[in-house]
Amino acid sequence: MQVDLGSLALAEGGYLLVKRAVRRVAPGESIVVTGEADDLEVDLRAWCRVEGHRFDWRPAAGTARGQARIFTGAAESERWAGARRATGEGEAGEDTVAEHPPRSWGLAARGATIEAGTPEFDFHLTDKIEVWSDDAAHIYQQAVAAQWDPETAIPWNAPFELGADLEGAIVQVMTYLIENETAALIVPSRFIAQLHPHFREVMQVLAIQAADEARHIEVFTRRARLKRNELGRSTIGGQVSLKTLVEEPEFAIASFLLSVLGEGTFLSLLWFIERYAPDPVTATVARLAAQDEARHVAFGLAHLSQHLRRDPAFRPRLADAVRRRHDALRHTAGLNDEVFDALLLMAAGSWEHDALRQGSRRLRQLIQDMDEGRRKRLVRLGFPEAEAAALSELHTRNFM
Amino acid sequence: MTSPSPSNATDLILGAVAYDQKVVAIWDGFQQYFRTRGLPFDYVLFSNYERQVEAHLRGYVHVAWNSPLAWLQTERIAGRLGRRAQAICMRDSDRDLRSVILVRSDGGIDTIAGLRRKIVAVGARDSPQATLIPLNHLADHGLMPDRDFQLRAFDTLVGKHGDHIGGERDAVRALLRGETDAACILDANHLAFAREGSLSPASTRILAQTGTYDHCNFTVLDGVQSEQVAHFCELLFEMSYADAEVRPLLDLEGLKAWVPGRVTGYTQLSAAVDRFGVIDTFVTSAEMQCR
Repeated sequence: MQVDLGSLALAEGGYLLVKRAVRRVAPGESIVVTGEADDLEVDLRAWCRVEGHRFDWRPAAGTARGQARIFTGAAESERWAGARRATGEGEAGEDTVAEHPPRSWGLAARGATIEAGTPEFDFHLTDKIEVWSDDAAHIYQQAVAAQWDPETAIPWNAPFELGADLEGAIVQVMTYLIENETAALIVPSRFIAQLHPHFREVMQVLAIQAADEARHIEVFTRRARLKRNELGRSTIGGQVSLKTLVEEPEFAIASFLLSVLGEGTFLSLLWFIERYAPDPVTATVARLAAQDEARHVAFGLAHLSQHLRRDPAFRPRLADAVRRRHDALRHTAGLNDEVFDALLLMAAGSWEHDALRQGSRRLRQLIQDMDEGRRKRLVRLGFPEAEAAALSELHTRNFM
Repeated sequence: MTSPSPSNATDLILGAVAYDQKVVAIWDGFQQYFRTRGLPFDYVLFSNYERQVEAHLRGYVHVAWNSPLAWLQTERIAGRLGRRAQAICMRDSDRDLRSVILVRSDGGIDTIAGLRRKIVAVGARDSPQATLIPLNHLADHGLMPDRDFQLRAFDTLVGKHGDHIGGERDAVRALLRGETDAACILDANHLAFAREGSLSPASTRILAQTGTYDHCNFTVLDGVQSEQVAHFCELLFEMSYADAEVRPLLDLEGLKAWVPGRVTGYTQLSAAVDRFGVIDTFVTSAEMQCR
């Protein structure tokens, strides 16, 4: 095989043509390189030495030019001899997900060819059964398409003025939402760092989930500060409840507690706030947040359903997790009075007796809706009706 | 401190110069490689080659990973002491290097004689590739530094014998800025600087190139445990680029395979040190101290 580089210098890209020719012959075979660039001999000799090829230069009589014969070394083929494709079982070229991707696949793109000997990364979530959902790609695409811009999606300048007490109630509700959405941001973020990136779509879903929560925190904060500077109250009971979520070490259980039970319950709450909000800004932030939360719930349900189909024995462990969390929170107050009172006043809209009576009815209905939603989702995960009802009752009184 | 005797030591101790932080990763890796294959091995790092050469002659290390200049220093001091140095192994990439003398394309210098009364940039003053061998080449053509042309040395990390390429990079920069009329560098760096963009192929031209020469080697002195050294060489030659465990070490050290040592590639450097007398003082003082 012969390569003529013409006037192209090796450093100008000529080396790439030589490399291509070298790859086309077996180690030990030779290729011939010719060219008119001034530095060809010097550069080619140095390149061959570094690349592990043997180099022989034959000067052309009467000129500074000549031709090189390169006896190709085996280094490149040796480097890739033990390489593996980062993929699961399946046809060549098919994008399949491995059941247990080795930690040494590291950050490589799924489907890439990985040099043998790459370092092991400290990923903890490396089993497909634990994290995977076939719906993840679809949910991620939906999430990307549904991203909204807080600046333009919310009527920040809509004219309204609430009474001081009602405004205070909204500020308290927002304060509570910020705290809860912070937990909902931290939980997926913690697991992103533990997840094997081979499960790319799950990583992307968790990342966009965290980004959703970041935006929720932003808009709830902006609504809280829209009319006054001071935020509401945060209680021991609320924080202790969220702490059990944030500290749950197991992905599937954290996902169950957060997405299926917590965010599921929050869906009802956000719809409630949207419905009874006394101003358009509060209604809009609640509606937009609820849209996002619905996706988070959908992903939790999707990957847990898949997990439970393959490992039904995992179901009692989920039930245990609910009971454990209930026991841990037994001695706490749960939802703080300030939040409950604020929701009541918001749903009432005024201090009038009839309004309060109606607000109170609405709030009782919310609690029922939350319970019903939880039971439905538990049944979808294969829990019998009675157990679903019992577990729903044990869910934290803090809602999330 | 009493002088340790290599023959009583369990470990084969290697000396190497810490010219870069990666040196620790390299020799830690080699240590693991040798130990898991039954060769008790340890290493000691030196901040400069002269300290290493002395330590080698005093018996503190059994094998020295020597620059070509350190090889000559060891060989000459050993010779004066009636001892014998041997180059046992080297990298495939240590064989047949060249240095080049670069000029600017528009500098109007077409022959070596054209460098008379000009300024020539070189690397560290103890760099074989960027200083001693190219200067010897110019001297062979009748041009002596400081007499026929002005020398501008980029003395990065003296004592590391040019292992750090910073001096060569600075020499090229000075040439491109027009501060010097020529620059001396290793052939592989000519290509590397051009590929990374610090040297455009059109802006400079190779005025001259030296003959081929060899670079580093593992050096041993007489009196070392020959079985251990044989085991050391055997394990080096067994290192395969196809082996994912050792390939990162080979990549760090810049080779594809270890080859037997040879000393035929040091004649240009030997002539250079004779001509410029650069190691005479050290050789004499080390001889006195090691006697």
